[in-house]
Amino acid sequence: MILTIALRELKNLFLSPLAWSILAVLQLIMAWLFLSQIDIFAMVQPRLAGIEGAPGVTDFVVVPVLQTTGFILLMISPALTMRVFSDEKRNRTLTLLMSAPISMTEIVLGKFLGITLFFLLLLAMLSLMPLSLYAGTSLDGGKLLAGLLGLSLLLMTFAAIGIFMSSLTEQPVVAAISTFGLLILLWIIDWSGGENEKVTGLFHYLSIQTHLEYFLKGLVSTTDAAYYLLLTLTFLLLSIRRLDQQRLTG
Amino acid sequence: MDAKILIHVEQLYRYYGHHPAVEDVSFELALGEVLGFLGPNGAGKSTTMQMITGNLAPSAGQICINGVDLLDAPGLAKAGIGYLPEQPPVYRDLTVDEYLYYCARLHRVARNQRGPCVSRAKQRCGLSGVDRRLIGNLSKGYQQRVGIAQAILHNPAIVVLDEPTVGLDPNQIRDIRNLIRELGENHGIILSTHILPEVQATCSRVQIIHRGRLVFSEHMAELERRLAGHALILETRAPLEVETLQQLPGIDNVTALAGNRARLHFDTTSPAEAVAACVASQGWGLVELALDRQTLEQVFIDLTCSDATAGNETGAAA
Repeated sequence: MILTIALRELKNLFLSPLAWSILAVLQLIMAWLFLSQIDIFAMVQPRLAGIEGAPGVTDFVVVPVLQTTGFILLMISPALTMRVFSDEKRNRTLTLLMSAPISMTEIVLGKFLGITLFFLLLLAMLSLMPLSLYAGTSLDGGKLLAGLLGLSLLLMTFAAIGIFMSSLTEQPVVAAISTFGLLILLWIIDWSGGENEKVTGLFHYLSIQTHLEYFLKGLVSTTDAAYYLLLTLTFLLLSIRRLDQQRLTG
Repeated sequence: MDAKILIHVEQLYRYYGHHPAVEDVSFELALGEVLGFLGPNGAGKSTTMQMITGNLAPSAGQICINGVDLLDAPGLAKAGIGYLPEQPPVYRDLTVDEYLYYCARLHRVARNQRGPCVSRAKQRCGLSGVDRRLIGNLSKGYQQRVGIAQAILHNPAIVVLDEPTVGLDPNQIRDIRNLIRELGENHGIILSTHILPEVQATCSRVQIIHRGRLVFSEHMAELERRLAGHALILETRAPLEVETLQQLPGIDNVTALAGNRARLHFDTTSPAEAVAACVASQGWGLVELALDRQTLEQVFIDLTCSDATAGNETGAAA
């Protein structure tokens, strides 16, 4: 049942031009960035050759590309998740799901899975560019995989937050803006400098970006994975609660 | 009634804030019944239907579907219901076929049953010509029919239809009414509507809900008997004498109305023949002699209008 809803959600995305345009625009931007990174690498490569333990092509091209992907997706994902529940509420189609013999958990998980599948597809397409480097050189495969894993976890979090925001309102734009606001806040939360080390430590932990950094460095740690998974789980639970509560308040 | 009870609703309450939308509503629906739900706007019809279908949680009270408590086992209870809300819950971006197959999946119709289920629902709702059209491009009437198809798709024991004939043309309305009667034979149906003739044409039982309370609940056959009336309206050219009429056998009492008219109340059999003979012998000149039929509309207005004004007063006071 979860899969039914997920596939419907995924197909719905592709019925509107939104998904296609997101895929196209993102591919274009990332290609530009990718090529310019390669240019820079080609320029500095002779100098790097002399240094021992110098950063390789993975650090110079793949990591910045993935990092920027994360940030750009932060701006794009609200547009994808905004209509998940608010559109259904506005068009009164949520009734269909609510009167079917499906639990609220299945509905939310189905929607979440649908969006996540789209993000994975997006990521798969983007990772073709770094992979194409295998044609001419060899990459640090571990680092690439760690980066992709980090990005997937990050995107799952984006999806969960977006779905929750979408369950709050009937206005897709309001959902998009609040999602964007919360994501940006989580991204920059550790920018606030402070004397108190405990506080900065907390902000550092809360930041959605610092955890991605570790993945991009090739460090796959349970701490960072747990951070994303917990955040995802929290927002999914909140969405379920929110929809259940709506049945009570009407 | 020894027919199988499909819905059992007991002391249902629902508040929006402090405003009671539904108060102390209890009723039952048996297999083979078509229950008409009447009421003015905002009376609580839709709220009650939303609660029965699990879209809204009741503030208090119990709903049993097929003997299963809706709160204890929502999945099991909902499986037996098909619901068409006021606004058909259709995805405008899907074609009719895509949409109905999706609904079949949501209602856990087995894979090999989906095709037959969808084509049967389409055929019953007259959708066969539009299966590959986008729902968003269909007219309101067709969208409504897609909504109905969705509700009967999985062959549920109970079909709940919230104003199913809104936006349909007279031919379609007739088709849908026939469909409802046909479904009523081996399902239990709840139907809400503003259109009173529709209730008389399709329902086997009528309930009127007013300001959140059930104010009237009667079987159609019983209602017909009641509506048949126990009074005659007599109009004559010359002034009539009430006393003379009062003497006639079978007449309980006579009320004189304005302009040579009188209402003659009787108990069992109509004394029309005797009245006509009397009028003729007295030379009053018979103009009209008719059975005073009370219509469902009158019942409706009597029940819902009298304290609507009272409601307005309290509203103004508040």
